Amino acid sequence: MKARVHVMLKNGVLDPQGEAVRHALGAMGFDQVEGVRQGKVIDLELAEGATEADVTEMCEKLLANTVIERFEIELI
Amino acid sequence: MRAAVIVFPGSNCDRDLAVAFEQAGFSVDMVWHKDAALPDRVDIVGVPGGFSYGDYLRCGAIAAQSPICKALAAHTERGGYAVGICNGFQVLTETGILPGALLRNAGLKYICRTVGLKVETSDSAFTEGYNAGDVIDIPIAHHDGNYFANDETLALLKDQDRIAFTYAENPNGSRDDIAGILSHNRRVLGMMPHPERAADSGHGGTDGTALFRALAGVLAPA
Repeated sequence: MKARVHVMLKNGVLDPQGEAVRHALGAMGFDQVEGVRQGKVIDLELAEGATEADVTEMCEKLLANTVIERFEIELI
Repeated sequence: MRAAVIVFPGSNCDRDLAVAFEQAGFSVDMVWHKDAALPDRVDIVGVPGGFSYGDYLRCGAIAAQSPICKALAAHTERGGYAVGICNGFQVLTETGILPGALLRNAGLKYICRTVGLKVETSDSAFTEGYNAGDVIDIPIAHHDGNYFANDETLALLKDQDRIAFTYAENPNGSRDDIAGILSHNRRVLGMMPHPERAADSGHGGTDGTALFRALAGVLAPA
């Protein structure tokens, strides 16, 4: 089984990197972009028997810092 | 008086911190990140600046899971003293020993220069050598020093007088200009600026010396 974890800064937490990307896109003429948020994608290869609850625990303990980040788990 | 300074792969201020402790009268043990225990009768643990584990995942995230950080957490839960500087502050927030988190600087650039730092409280073993309101010159050197905490946490820090230092001019976007905070029992300090780099006249400034001297005064055997 594989799991894909998406980690994003929470809404309301300033994302200066996303903001820099937005500026660059604007400078290139992509006026249609109103906001950019940048995050991480982490792919996990899991042994048989691993559960989504296991992955949630991994996210809470290490993969995301829940003070500033939220995460979503996708089993693939 | 005994201090222990943790050494992670990628730490680069560990020896500077050890020298600052020694000049204040501490004997210092360097402790490797794989060690599961601190030396006996340690009065204070220093978590140094640098790039522990290459800053992989998030600054301080991997270090926070190291064996020595379990021992550090147990030490602070027992009421032991600790100071985390720069990457050490990031490690202390990642372990949950101190609240909040350090984000990428708002201007996105790594900043390395001396800044004015306002002492917000003299009510701690770390800051009693200063007067509240003093502005001291201390270097910063970080890419991820933008302190973030939610509104409730910020209110708590203010109510409990736990903001140790603020920037005279905010260099990195930190909420409420916060540069350093104290734990609820005031025995753990985390700060982004580097007092250990302002503790010797050869550094071009000695405004950090009072922090280490004050600690030595509090922790000296009666």
